[in-house]
Amino acid sequence: MQVDPTMQPLQFWAFMIFTILKMVLIFSLYMLVVAYTTLAERKVSAWIQDRHGPNRVGPWGLLQVIADGVKNFLKEETMPGQVNKPLFVLAPAIAFCTAMITWAVIPFGAPMPTPWGRVDLIVADLPIGFLYVIGIASLGVYGIVLAGWSSNNKYALLGGLRASAQMVSYEIAMGMSLVCVLLMSGNVSLPAIVAQQQAGNYNVILISIAAFIFLVSAFAETNRVPFDMPEAESELVAGYHAEYSGMKFSMFFIAEYANVLTASAMFVTLFLGGWDIPFTSWDNSSQYSVVRSLATFAMFAAKLYFFVFFFIWIRWTLPRFRYDQLMSLGWKFMLPLALAYIVIVASAVLGLDASGVARTSGAFAAAMGGINLLLVILIFVIIDRGRLISPAYSRLERERVARLRKVTADRAHLVHGEDR
Amino acid sequence: MTINVKVMERPVGEASYVRATLKGLALTLKHLVDPHRVTIQYPDEKWDLSPRWRGTHRMLTTEDGKAKCVACGLCPTVCPANCIKLVPGEDEEGNRYPLVFEIDEFRCIFCGYCQEVCPEEAIHLGRHYENAEFQRDKFVYDLERLTAQTHPVSELWDPAHPKGE
Repeated sequence: MQVDPTMQPLQFWAFMIFTILKMVLIFSLYMLVVAYTTLAERKVSAWIQDRHGPNRVGPWGLLQVIADGVKNFLKEETMPGQVNKPLFVLAPAIAFCTAMITWAVIPFGAPMPTPWGRVDLIVADLPIGFLYVIGIASLGVYGIVLAGWSSNNKYALLGGLRASAQMVSYEIAMGMSLVCVLLMSGNVSLPAIVAQQQAGNYNVILISIAAFIFLVSAFAETNRVPFDMPEAESELVAGYHAEYSGMKFSMFFIAEYANVLTASAMFVTLFLGGWDIPFTSWDNSSQYSVVRSLATFAMFAAKLYFFVFFFIWIRWTLPRFRYDQLMSLGWKFMLPLALAYIVIVASAVLGLDASGVARTSGAFAAAMGGINLLLVILIFVIIDRGRLISPAYSRLERERVARLRKVTADRAHLVHGEDR
Repeated sequence: MTINVKVMERPVGEASYVRATLKGLALTLKHLVDPHRVTIQYPDEKWDLSPRWRGTHRMLTTEDGKAKCVACGLCPTVCPANCIKLVPGEDEEGNRYPLVFEIDEFRCIFCGYCQEVCPEEAIHLGRHYENAEFQRDKFVYDLERLTAQTHPVSELWDPAHPKGE
């Protein structure tokens, strides 16, 4: 990030006050956006299915979220008799808090000048950046697992188990895709990653496959369709939150949408240049101004909301995976692909650096983009031919399939009642 | 005993996930931007009812506000659901009139025979269907309530023009 030498960082007390201000502002804005994301989900799903969606409360149903909020606060909270009470109460809080605090490290705009110094538009500029996000996202699974276990209900327990297995599997692929980001930026701090992409070489062009892996893993991490195994209604009633009601259920609900927002924000920051406005270098100058901060914030919000829309769009398009397909996709396709891609990206970057191509130049983007295009064609045309999602019998050994076929053929006369 | 397991061959070359996903996304996006909504926003918009729609009953009245019914007893006789209760009365001039005329809307099957059979064109079915109540006994419509209805009455089917209205 370019630092304006004329603008000093904040002094201690100004820093404390601005941080508290940012926390309050981000939290309230975030809750509002999460609430309206639930409405967006219902509206977009309705439009996709040729319906109208909620339109009774307020103009175009815009006050629906307030009605929902009031309803959830006033609803009776049932406490089932067989639950482990401390964990049953703790679980929604864990899910909710972990979904919330991830936002602390996401930069949402260019630094803003104030009479007291430069204010970075990020709640906490942690040097460990996305490692923090991954760590907190792993903690988020505790909310779901504890909810499933403490409910003392077989469906909830299965939901919790599925969530833990799924998250562990996809976290690895996600972490591996982030290694490619690390190769590009050389830093785990999110503002540094945004700064690396400011010249116009967005990571989505440089490392498209990593972006694809991250996106798919993000769907799995947020338990959204097509990876919503933990709450698969048709199999598990409601999965891990089957026993929850009232505001505790609502907290899981908010956590789900908060996770969607976080995953979108992470994707935007890591692969789409964060708050950088594309096709212009006006926002990259070291001259800070309030207008610039607001414009970049608007850009960030636009990019973010496109991905929230994308999450919703996918949800109302795809059916749910079968559980073994989910696992085999994660372990047999995503993880090897991510590992191989690290090698490819590392060699390409090494080669380009050795031949003296600058990281910010168009030639670098063209070379990386060409490699990615080849890989995308490989995936679309060759790997995506019945190999990506395997049928159930592919888990059996070939001899066993042949034996089963033989048994079926031998017994055909019994089924059809023929003489031999 | 072994269980028969039917193992199917899969058309591996044609099966796809990524391409099929993209097709699906294109389809849902098409519906998103160009919806083919068939939903009617019910309390705000309503369907136009057919002139032959058979709904809530209505008793027509003469100019002086009395029911046209002469208590001939044809409608309770013809009623297949047995939902019309009629007690005839007679005034000093010998004119018959209904003392009690009640229709149980719950029992009624809205066949329209009462309207068809009525010689005085007194009892009619109406082009009206919003008759929700909070109590069950409110669904027994008495004479006063039947005459107080104002909705348009349904037209009878004309055998001479089977397809006409």
